[in-house]
Amino acid sequence: MKSTLAISAIVFTVGILTLPVVWSDNDFRWGKMEEQRHKSSDVATVTNPLYKDECGSCHMAYPPGLLPAKSWRKLMSGLEDHFGDNAELDVQTAESISQYLLTNSAEQSDYRRSRKFSQSIKSSDIPLRISDIHYFKHEHDEIPQSMVSDNPQVKSFSQCNACHEKAEQGVFNEHDVRIPGFGKWDD
Amino acid sequence: MKNTFLMTTLLISVPFGFAQAEPNTVNNLLTVYAAQGANTADAQRGKALWQKTFMAKGEFTSRSCASCHTQDLTQPGKHVKTNKQIKPMAPSVNPQRLTSVKKINKWFKRNCKWTLGRECTAQEKSNILAYIENESKF
Repeated sequence: MKSTLAISAIVFTVGILTLPVVWSDNDFRWGKMEEQRHKSSDVATVTNPLYKDECGSCHMAYPPGLLPAKSWRKLMSGLEDHFGDNAELDVQTAESISQYLLTNSAEQSDYRRSRKFSQSIKSSDIPLRISDIHYFKHEHDEIPQSMVSDNPQVKSFSQCNACHEKAEQGVFNEHDVRIPGFGKWDD
Repeated sequence: MKNTFLMTTLLISVPFGFAQAEPNTVNNLLTVYAAQGANTADAQRGKALWQKTFMAKGEFTSRSCASCHTQDLTQPGKHVKTNKQIKPMAPSVNPQRLTSVKKINKWFKRNCKWTLGRECTAQEKSNILAYIENESKF
């Protein structure tokens, strides 16, 4: 009898304490932790070794949180002509990579940049290039052509890590930008 | 409990062990190509094909293996489009090369299609393998 009472008391107390969490939209428990995490990294880093190996052998393995699921689906269904290159994969490998990309796509992520990317895409659009997305263009609109397409060490906006020194860690902060041949980017 | 853990670790690691050490990869593939009519692997012809230029439509009109891998197999290459560094092809400086049938098949398929505009024949693949394997002699 005594123990039943004690258990009820504990259950009640825990219930009362979690109420603000359940009610609040801001997710008050994790708010602080999330903030910390987003400070050091603004897109989730690439964790899948198969994806890193298969896709990362020709170009930087772009974090899946930079494109929405519909884009990844379209990309993965056209690997025979992958921006002019042949990037065919066997069915099993392709399926495994697709699954990773789809479960970690921009709209599935709560990282700051991922949210910005997915929010800036029109529902009727299926962008194939990260650099075609409105948010990306907005963030790069001050960069002159001489620093990117006319810069032999960069060549195109597709080489994130040519300038974003911490791109592989999911960090795209402008303080960590160094443009080859031009130096540190100062806004 | 500890035993179950050990067994699981062992069972999981076995396939990876196999994936890394694939003895006689090149010989096995040469046997496959021989069964398709390519009886002798000619490294000299492999080298010639490696350096031959093919014309294509699109962004890069003249293409060859050397476009990305360079003509010196002991040197690192660079992807013509993405600029990404490609590790040397020669097993003498990069022992990881020519150790996985799956990888060789994958890259032959993709890169022949891009460079030559078609898949390579058994004879061409056989020659190229012989060239990469014995690059220092040619």
